[in-house]
Amino acid sequence: MPQTEFTPSIDSRPTYAALVPQGSAPALMVADAAGAAALADLASADAAVMDRAHVLLVGAPAAAADRIAALGPVSVHPAPDAEAALPLLAQLLSTARMGTQLYLAGGEGLIGQVAAQALAAGMAAGAIQAEHRGPVARRMQCVHCKGFTEEVETDPFTCAHCGLTLFVRDHFSRRLGAFQGVCVDAEAPGEIPETREIRP
Amino acid sequence: MTRPLLKVAAIETLSPLVKRFRFEDPEGAPLPVFSGGAHVTVEMADGDVLRRNSYSLISDPNDGSGYEIAVRREDRGRGGSRYLHEAVAEGDLLAVSPPANLFALDLRARRHVLIAGGIGITPFLSQLRQLDRAGQPWELHYAVRSRAEAAGLALLPESAHVHLHVSEEGSRMDIGAILDGQPLGTHVYACGPEGLIAAVADQAARLGWPAAAVHSEAFAAPPPGEAFEVVLAASGRSVAVGPRQSLLEALEAAGAEIDSSCRGGACGRCETAVTACEGRILHHDHWLSEAERAAQTRIMPCMSRFKGARLELDL
Repeated sequence: MPQTEFTPSIDSRPTYAALVPQGSAPALMVADAAGAAALADLASADAAVMDRAHVLLVGAPAAAADRIAALGPVSVHPAPDAEAALPLLAQLLSTARMGTQLYLAGGEGLIGQVAAQALAAGMAAGAIQAEHRGPVARRMQCVHCKGFTEEVETDPFTCAHCGLTLFVRDHFSRRLGAFQGVCVDAEAPGEIPETREIRP
Repeated sequence: MTRPLLKVAAIETLSPLVKRFRFEDPEGAPLPVFSGGAHVTVEMADGDVLRRNSYSLISDPNDGSGYEIAVRREDRGRGGSRYLHEAVAEGDLLAVSPPANLFALDLRARRHVLIAGGIGITPFLSQLRQLDRAGQPWELHYAVRSRAEAAGLALLPESAHVHLHVSEEGSRMDIGAILDGQPLGTHVYACGPEGLIAAVADQAARLGWPAAAVHSEAFAAPPPGEAFEVVLAASGRSVAVGPRQSLLEALEAAGAEIDSSCRGGACGRCETAVTACEGRILHHDHWLSEAERAAQTRIMPCMSRFKGARLELDL
């Protein structure tokens, strides 16, 4: 699968290039079903990346887990979804040492949440790499009710918590690992622009 | 910049080479508080030479009752530290700049590892007080040649987190061992000779530390060199720079308007455009990029010198 090309936007909108191997440094890797292929590509660029790597696979089929395990990481932890994966990640981060590299691959929602947790655990942004794979969907926070809506694919969309119709902004919060959604018809209630698929 | 006159309230000998100076407002007014790692620039009217040296503040950042610095006498230096040691007495008035900080703690860090070589201990003395007040974990490694020269010892808190390495006694500092295995969120800060700073940067890079977690401050004095001339573009006036004088000092003595702060090639304040250069700029700063150095169109007068036929500055 080719890498995602991102539309030019404001500087704070994160974009993701291909993962670059950092040798046999201690590593944490987190990927979803589509992202697992990026981890395989990473290992084929330099097999040593797996020498000291712990891999967390989120919602990936068993066959993907087997393929990653065959690349020889220290451990592979499958988790059904991000909610189940984050406590596991917290445990891995709590014992990680300086010099640990974090490789993320998959959808933006997963990348954003895991990067936010790693930053909160003290990891420096310079130790985190992410590669986007799979469908374009965003994790959005409603600025009005503060609720998160996952896997948003259209603009505008309906907040899963308060029901407002929200405009998808490119404004991204690293702390929250989410984009900002703002009421699209606050000035003129009911005047809602045509729904479009969001761009990368 | 206004440089208020402060009174030398106390002078104390800390070691054969190091004295502590305490400055207070002559009227007893409170001074602006600062942040750990900040420095001040002290002006000294030494005969007809106006000397300006920057020194890290070693007192409590939250204490506005006075500023304290520790000055190592450099007999082969350019004269500022010798002047402070020999010519300045308690009760004298000196112009002292407000504090500025080029070596601030990164407060996003979970843990702070401080590595000092010799007189490089000074910025950490104020940082430690800030870290203790904030309840932030730290460890300090202080490398000295001999116990007699370890001026900072008297100023350091009694703490199990202070590690002294005395090379004369064979307890050399192992930077790799200090950095290896530090928990996620650790930042390292180095201050001391260039060799120590380079060794910390090398070991951190070898262990895969991100550059943003590695901080350093080298308060290098301007290196001496051959005398040279500089031309001021606006007036066409020529200014001579002596072998033991920095370009910045020569420009100031000639009355050129030029801003400065750290006077050690780190802060970028004195950056000046070069309007003509026939020869080679000897860049000694930490501010300009490799490309900017090669272009020879910018110069940091506080540290850098020139060798060649003609140097003209946009002044």
